[in-house]
Amino acid sequence: MAHVQSLRCRECGRTYDVSPRYACEWCFGPLEVAYDPDAARRVTRESIAAGPPTIWRYAGLLPVDEVPGSAPVGWTPLVRADRLAAELGLGELWVKDDTRNPTNSFKDRVVAVALAQAIEFGLKTVACASTGNLANAVAAAAARAGLPSYVFIPANLEPAKIATTAVYGANVVAVDGSYDDVNRLCTELAAEHPWAFVNINVRPFYAEGSRTLAFETAEQLGWQAPDHVVVPIASGSLLTKIHRGFTDLVDAGLLDEAPVRISGAQAAGCSPVATAFSESSDTIRPQKPDTIAKSLAIGNPADGYYALDVVRSTGGAVGSVTDDEVRAGIRLLARTEGIFGETAAGVTVATLRRLAEEGVVRSDERVVVYVTGHGLKTLDAVGPAAPTATIPPTVDAFRAAFPGAAEI
Amino acid sequence: MPVTVRIPTQLRSLAGGAAEVSVDGGTVGEALHNLEAAHPGFGERLFDTGGTLRRFVNVFVAEEDIRFLDGVATPIAEGAVVSIVPAVAGG
Repeated sequence: MAHVQSLRCRECGRTYDVSPRYACEWCFGPLEVAYDPDAARRVTRESIAAGPPTIWRYAGLLPVDEVPGSAPVGWTPLVRADRLAAELGLGELWVKDDTRNPTNSFKDRVVAVALAQAIEFGLKTVACASTGNLANAVAAAAARAGLPSYVFIPANLEPAKIATTAVYGANVVAVDGSYDDVNRLCTELAAEHPWAFVNINVRPFYAEGSRTLAFETAEQLGWQAPDHVVVPIASGSLLTKIHRGFTDLVDAGLLDEAPVRISGAQAAGCSPVATAFSESSDTIRPQKPDTIAKSLAIGNPADGYYALDVVRSTGGAVGSVTDDEVRAGIRLLARTEGIFGETAAGVTVATLRRLAEEGVVRSDERVVVYVTGHGLKTLDAVGPAAPTATIPPTVDAFRAAFPGAAEI
Repeated sequence: MPVTVRIPTQLRSLAGGAAEVSVDGGTVGEALHNLEAAHPGFGERLFDTGGTLRRFVNVFVAEEDIRFLDGVATPIAEGAVVSIVPAVAGG
């Protein structure tokens, strides 16, 4: 689109033509989309409100236009979570329920933008390195666009995420190794194949899609920023781009100010950013992941440094929680708010609980917690569910099993 | 002792377009030093002014990230492959 000027290295500032590239040729730093700043100022609250109930209502703030006929993505519910807030001792708490996307995770947002850009680049095959949610999103969007797809996943991924990718006709490539191994393989393959690897050579555009989570949050709060948000960290891209989304709204004149505190959530079994935060270190040491939260199991997070910078500069924190806390977090969200999130949601809710207990997230703050994927994708994590009771089909049997039920 | 260094696309112009280069070296540091000697320009791209690997450069020996090994002091077995890979992908 005309309002994208170039790709710019976040480390050294060198600029490049708009093309399928992602790393600075000089210093290997990440390239980001550089917009014409005047274009964003032409976007108004009214022009957004007149747009569709999808991420494309913010097309004037995105690098590319919607692919005609694509599935509606985004504009997911922001729901008030009073019962969860009461459990955690918080005040105004909201859940951004991004399970309500076409393939039930926030990855539909980033893929929508990446695929549109890939088509503009004339690339004919879509691919990705994935911990599962992205695999679902790429396979579905490619199917709808009539493009072949190759999805590379760690071989130990949850069976549900393999089934929910393969069903779309994707080539599912299970790689013996961790996500970081998959990622490295795909980085090398991206150099050899003229494909759109959405989170590699199209990554600068892909990442822009995550900003829509901030745009929607602000609009759904009546064009106000929250005081504090809690975001899961895998690569760190989502957290970094949610922050950017809020600051972009201020720069565009759509929000007066957005002093949003940004906190991050990781599983203890894969916590390179949380560890650097708690040790007040400027170095992020890679880890070998060992957690049920496979969608967050990136031991070598590409945007870890930037996520750390955002958290520190906004007065947030990065917490980490055990797998038992993750399971408890999934159940807590489900039984208080009726929202079934995947393991990443368990990580985020459990981290919110910890940060609330530590006084980092305060009861006088307006808080938004991001639930980025659906629980049916990681059903194994909550274990085999037994019925509360198994009874013969008689009223007496029911009364015997639930003697107090009639009094409620 | 010859080892193979896999060159990412971003740096291939320094090696005449080659995707792989054979250099001598008993450690990662030696191999990268000899890479610079054979193809001047690699050093300033891979290392910052303080002489440490840039934070968005990943180096692997036999498929393992050298940060899990001994960094640039990691020994390289004869015939092993050293890969230089941009770190900003994924997620």
